[in-house]
Order: sequence, then structure tokens, then C-alpha cells
Amino acid sequence: MSRKARLWLLAVGGIGVAVLLACAAFDLPGFGGTWHPYGERAVRSALSRHTANVISSVNFDQRAFDTLGEESILFGAVLGTVVLLRETRDEHSEPPETAQVDPPVRRYALIALPVTLLIGLYVIAHGQLSPGGGFQGGVIVATALHLLYVAIDYKALERIRPAAAYAFADAAGEAAYVLLGTAGLLAGSAFLANFLPYGTFNTLSSGGTVPLLNAAIGVEVAGAVVVLLARFLDQALEIEDGGAGGTGRQDEEANRS
Amino acid sequence: MSVLPYLAAGWIFLVGCYGLATSRNLIHAVGCLSVCQSSTYVLLLAVGYRRGGTAPVFADITPGSRPVVDPVVQALALTDVVVGATVTALLLALVIQTAKRHGTVDPDELSELRG
Repeated sequence: MSRKARLWLLAVGGIGVAVLLACAAFDLPGFGGTWHPYGERAVRSALSRHTANVISSVNFDQRAFDTLGEESILFGAVLGTVVLLRETRDEHSEPPETAQVDPPVRRYALIALPVTLLIGLYVIAHGQLSPGGGFQGGVIVATALHLLYVAIDYKALERIRPAAAYAFADAAGEAAYVLLGTAGLLAGSAFLANFLPYGTFNTLSSGGTVPLLNAAIGVEVAGAVVVLLARFLDQALEIEDGGAGGTGRQDEEANRS
Repeated sequence: MSVLPYLAAGWIFLVGCYGLATSRNLIHAVGCLSVCQSSTYVLLLAVGYRRGGTAPVFADITPGSRPVVDPVVQALALTDVVVGATVTALLLALVIQTAKRHGTVDPDELSELRG
């Protein structure tokens, strides 16, 4: 299809979708209204199960099964990225050169690293109490480690980051979630049902299985983000082409002729 | 204009689609897909907003003392963000491999099959 024909087709389809979206928007309840039946039920349910952060309660208690599916998408995407970005036969890796970092940058990054790490762990641990949780905290923990790359260099980061260990943590987080779900079955109720006492409202141990599932997600997300960044950084810094500036395609063509 | 946030979400979605269809660079296309996806955050949060409402977290407010925004759509948006980020990473990994194997990131030039 020519470029012009494609744009025309896009315009027709786009206008159609725009009309449908506009019609739907005028039929939705008004913005900022007070009618939220699902929200009110979710709040009631979260309070009855002693979970202060209703969003955590929705994710890890009321919709825990959906979160398992979502976590599996995350796991699958990371697995796919690792497979796609591995070192192929016609490539080799070269250790990157040490870089010089400005002293103020180094100082600031080294001070920020432990603070960021602590904030990440705090956010994971208080997922059922304050805004945050395993997903957000896991990302903070994973990015905190990469401040070492900013502060010193890639070798220093690699020393504290054996990628295999984080890939294992990623899988262990996923497994822990499934096992916690199975524990509900063993306790005599449904998969992913709560089997622990709800505890005192607004304390670290409240919410039954919510903090445990939250921690499993935290471990998985932290592992996943570290592994993803490790693969992309390897591509950018370590893995080199086989020939002098040759891509895989050119090598292939050279072999054929 | 109480429908403006919904219309804005639709507009962001269509802008992303336009970028996807006219893109001549796969990295740009992945970025456009993220734009499409971010329209769903806007839509979800617009649906859940309540005037005068605060965050649905009862660690420091007494339950029932203030209206809270809809926690269900916030949880959905959170799910959306996490899945979106990792799927974007997967797509970018695909682009890297495409660039290596075919020497181009222009989707119009990627018409031949290759073993």
C-alpha cells in the first residue's frame, strides 16, 4: 500500500474511533462524581480485612488472582528480553574501559545510594499501610543499585550485581506468590485466599497474606528490573560485533558469496 | 466541561495510533505504543476521580471522615504501568535484534523473510 493510501485509511479509521470514543465519553458518569459503587465496596472490604492501603488490598487480596496473571506477564516479558539480548555466536564481549567520574557526582551518588535503597525497602515493607508496595518499591531498590554505575563505573556495578542471582530472585518471587496461593488451598479454602489472622489495623503485621504477597512481588520486580537493565547495559557496553563494524547481516552475505 | 478528561484520554490514544502508523523507525513506534498505553492511565484515573477526594489510604485518616477516590481503577492503572514497562523492554529488545540482523529499523524496509 502506498504511503498516501495508508494515511487515508488511518484518517478514516481514526475519525471512526474518535466518534465512538466521544459518544462513549458523553455516556460515562460525570468526571469527579460521587457514584463509585465498586470503589465503595472495595474500601469496605479492605477495612474489614484490616488493610489500610485499599489499593494494596485490591491488588493482593480482592484481585490477587489477576495480579498473579499480571506478574506472569512481567516474568514472561523479562524471560523474552533475556533470550533476545543474549550474546550470539558472531559476537564477543569486551570489558568496558574505566571511566573518570567527577568528584561531586561520585559523592552525591554514593550518598544517595544507601538512602534510595532504604526508601525502596521501606516502600515494599509498608505496602499495606502507606502508598506504595512491591511494584513501586521493587523498582526503587533496583534503580538504587545502578547509582553505583553512575558513581564509579560498570565494573563496580557488576561486582555487586551477579545477574544470575537476580534472575533467580525474579523466579523465586513468582514461585513464592504461587506457593502462598497454594497455602490457601492447604488451609482448607480457595487458591490465594487469606489463611493468616488479620492482625491489628495499621500495623506492619496487619492484612493477613497481603504483606507476604506484596513482599513476593517486591522481590520479583526488583530482580526483574535489575536483570532487564543488566541485559540492556551489556548490549550497550560489553557486547561487540564479530567483524570490524560488520553487522550480522553483512557477515551472512559474506558467507553466502 | 465534565467530559474533557475522557476526551483527552481518547485524543492521547489517537495521537499514539497516528505515530504508530506513520512511524519510519521502530524505536519511535515502540514509543508511540507507550503513548497509546498512557491514554489508558488517563482514562482510568479520570473514571475514578471524585471531587474533594483524597488517596484511598487509611493509615493517617479516619475511615469515613473524608471521601476517597476510587481505589479499584487506581489498582488497574498500577497493573497497567508495570506490564507496560516490561512489555516495552521486550519490544525494544526485539528492535535491537532486528537492527542487528537486518541492519535497519525502518519497518518499510523489513519486507523479506529471513531464516
